[in-house]
Amino acid sequence: MIHFVLLVSRQGKVRLTKWYSPYTQKERSKVIRELSGVILNRGPKLCNFIEWRGYKVVYKRYASLYFCMCIDEADNELEVLEIIHHYVEILDRYFGSVCELDLIFNFHKAYYILDELLIAGELQESSKKTVARIISAQDQLVEAAKEEASSISNIIAQATK
Amino acid sequence: MNPFSSGTRLRDMIRAIRACKTAAEERAVVRKECADIRALINEDDPHDRHRNLAKLMFIHMLGYPTHFGQMECLKLIASPGFPEKRIGYLGLMLLLDERQEVLMLVTNSLKQDLNHSNQYVVGLALCALGNICSAEMARDLAPEVERLIQFRDPNIRKKAALCSTRIVRKVPDLAENFVNAAASLLKEKHHGVLITGVQLCYELCLINDEALEYFRKKCTEGVIKTLRDITNSAYQPEYDVAGITDPFLHIRLLRLLRVLGQGDADASDLMTDILAQVATKTESNKNAGNAVLYECVETIMAIEDTSSLRVLAINILGRFLSNRDNNIRYVALNMLMKAITFDDQAVQRHRVTILECVKDPDASIRKRALELVTLLVNENNVTQLTKELIDYLEISDEDFKEDLSAKICFIVEKFSPEKLWYIDQMLKVLCEAGKFVKDDVWHALIVVISNASELHGYTVRALYKAVLIYSEQETLVRVAVWCIGEYGDLLVNNVGMLGIEDPITVTESDAVDVIEDAITRHNSDSTTKAMALVALLKLSSRFPSISERIKDIIVKQKGSILLEMQQRAIEYNSIVDRHKNIRSSLVERMPVLDEATFNVRRAGSFPASASTGAKPSVSLPNGFEKPAVAPLVDLLDLDSDDILAAPSSSGADFLQDLLGVDLGSSSSQSGATQGPKAGTDLLLDILSIGTPSPAQNSASSIDFLSTADINNNTSNALDTLSSPVPPQIATTASTGMFDLLDGLSPSPSKEATNGPAYPSIVAYESSSLKIEFTFSKPPENPQTTNVQATFINLSPNTFTDFIFQAAVPKFLQLHLDPASSNTLPASGNGNITQNLKVTNSQHGKKSLVMRMRIGYKLDGKDVLEEGQVSNFPRGL
Repeated sequence: MIHFVLLVSRQGKVRLTKWYSPYTQKERSKVIRELSGVILNRGPKLCNFIEWRGYKVVYKRYASLYFCMCIDEADNELEVLEIIHHYVEILDRYFGSVCELDLIFNFHKAYYILDELLIAGELQESSKKTVARIISAQDQLVEAAKEEASSISNIIAQATK
Repeated sequence: MNPFSSGTRLRDMIRAIRACKTAAEERAVVRKECADIRALINEDDPHDRHRNLAKLMFIHMLGYPTHFGQMECLKLIASPGFPEKRIGYLGLMLLLDERQEVLMLVTNSLKQDLNHSNQYVVGLALCALGNICSAEMARDLAPEVERLIQFRDPNIRKKAALCSTRIVRKVPDLAENFVNAAASLLKEKHHGVLITGVQLCYELCLINDEALEYFRKKCTEGVIKTLRDITNSAYQPEYDVAGITDPFLHIRLLRLLRVLGQGDADASDLMTDILAQVATKTESNKNAGNAVLYECVETIMAIEDTSSLRVLAINILGRFLSNRDNNIRYVALNMLMKAITFDDQAVQRHRVTILECVKDPDASIRKRALELVTLLVNENNVTQLTKELIDYLEISDEDFKEDLSAKICFIVEKFSPEKLWYIDQMLKVLCEAGKFVKDDVWHALIVVISNASELHGYTVRALYKAVLIYSEQETLVRVAVWCIGEYGDLLVNNVGMLGIEDPITVTESDAVDVIEDAITRHNSDSTTKAMALVALLKLSSRFPSISERIKDIIVKQKGSILLEMQQRAIEYNSIVDRHKNIRSSLVERMPVLDEATFNVRRAGSFPASASTGAKPSVSLPNGFEKPAVAPLVDLLDLDSDDILAAPSSSGADFLQDLLGVDLGSSSSQSGATQGPKAGTDLLLDILSIGTPSPAQNSASSIDFLSTADINNNTSNALDTLSSPVPPQIATTASTGMFDLLDGLSPSPSKEATNGPAYPSIVAYESSSLKIEFTFSKPPENPQTTNVQATFINLSPNTFTDFIFQAAVPKFLQLHLDPASSNTLPASGNGNITQNLKVTNSQHGKKSLVMRMRIGYKLDGKDVLEEGQVSNFPRGL
């Protein structure tokens, strides 16, 4: 299973963290510090796996962002690389050639997409299309609610003029 | 933007934070935002709630505390609208984890949302539950989730399936409730549902044997068919990854087949064809294909023996191993470790490639390869592999040397064909990576050296040569110092030359140079210095011609900032200076260390040394035959009588102190309980660096003495220490004692000042019982008399429930210690002893007098005897 997902920029800034196993706040920041130190310092041609505290961390760099997933020792590392790629492709389709800034200002969207991809540290959906469809359906629900709210507030605003 | 809201927007806050140049600036911005959010939370305005939470999540991600927002999540989740719920659940998963009590409050909201009419709300609740539920929540909400597995919408079904995997992980008892629902998911066509369904089945198989049996019977063929369909399916753009249709589904199906086939020949048989097909047909030029192949190999190796498939699997791994992609090589190494258990030969064929991987620039690959090499080593290839590894040790990265040297040592110890080879290899390791070698490794080396008597000369010369070049390798220096101390004479005289050696000329002063270097170098640690000091003491006797120089070096250590070093320096100096005639026997060569004892202790103490790490805790055994006494005897080469006498002779004070430490530790080591010090290093013990202070020393030497006394069955330990030697042992002990005193110093025996000894008396004698008293007095307190009563049964029957009571007049005080036993064997075949302490307040005026009563059972009948003792010697 995937114990946590970590997105770290090349400068070591955290862009997304998702924990599927219980870690206290203290442990979380320690893990992030430790791992980003190791991963950011690894050379470019090396393999994408790190053995770390009895787990394995699979990471892959996309532009300025490192996508890391921590898995059990017996898990399939190559598949996790595919899961990371799968996630990146979905992000790419959603934002239209995604960049780090998209993930900073719309970090919650990145989380929503991740939640449609993984639950309980396991893969939920192998079709990018399906994920996109479910996300946009939920986005529409939010938009509809917003419009409704703004129309109500317009009515109130006019009534109180 | 909502006209009623106040505060900055999320986007503005992120901009403001990103615009910060320094960490302090960022902290200030965050602090201000947090203050605003807190204020808004207190106003409890529902309009801003979701924006506040979004901001808090961002702040949380930066690593600032955000616990004050936790309740906001719950409020948002409880609100009716979808947008609020969406952000509320996100915040819940981000800001909380399963161990927080607040989470319990959300159970009710979750339950409502799981029954919500909007399927996306249900999806949100399932997602949150699947990601952070605790065991209690799992129990409470399991029925809802179980129902949702059958929901009409596939989006909910797949989420419910993964949520169930979390629930059964948290509460394995619930597994059986999910078995039927999980089995129904395997018939699905929707990939998402199928993937999660297979995952749930796999999870259930792992935690519940009945579930495993059920799936094996009912679903094996179905799973095989699904895998076949997906493998043979035509191009499906939605699921295609690099030419493979849904590798994720492939991998999960293969994984489920693995648990179904493991340990079941029939099921394994069924899946042979499809596994062969996957193994041969899958494209291996892209990562996705390799991921499937990798999973397939793992399944082939786990299921029951189908040797033709295994050949296929090993071949795939061979291909992986020669792949240029580091990731593929990594997983190949990983998998070969599993393959080695059933086909050693096949893996051995790749030995050369694997050895190359040990030298890879990538740390992960190196580590894997090194583990694999350790498994590959056997008696036949050990010399060649060790040579390769040691060659590499010379050029490897500093941070890899620790792992590498540990593994080499492990290999060398396990497979060494002969001692000479072992010593040679270990020396090479110490030369290259002596800084990284663990204590137990060099301790083991010393034990081996000590046992290889024909190699002593060779070893000490090799070490001498090595230490001249690699003087910065701490453990090498230690071993060298120890060996030169023990076998310095062999070094100088070129004793025991082997054919392979070139003769070298080493003068006595050259050998001392090495030790002096070790003791004076500033970066030597205290253990090394301590060992060097002992070596100097030993050399002072081996090399009498330069003992003056040695003495000078020892004297310099009198100024050491380490208290123990200082003290030992003073003591050793005094030995060198004043006790020349015992010195040679005092510093004789160590007896051969017992390998078997060492290995047992090493195995036993290994976890301790692993956990403490810093302090060396593995000990060298000293091959004691007689547990408590031997180490001392070994060290001093005296016989045990002398030891018994030593404490009572004042002239031997410093010696006793010197030895007291050693005695204490070794007696506790050999004690039945193996107390906390059991793991202490004997080499350290000798020096007592880091062992108890003098106060404790004396306590432990008393300990030791009492053990010795039980062996000798003479008298109480305290008596021996604090009173004149009791008459019956005085005769045996005194000879030894005087021997020792002769050798030590001209100081007079303290016995004379201790006052006279008193003859023992027969205090009571009847037809069946005899009581003897022996006396001793503590010198500092003449009023007190220690009486040891010995009871002897003269009748042919055993006394049981034996009890001795005594009464004294008022001017006396009597204290009785417990008797040694309450059963007295028949016909004098044993006795009971009991200590009495009598304090005479009219000492010198009145003499002792005592009444006594003895009760015991003879053939089940109570017997009582009484008597009065008035024949105490005068002057008590």
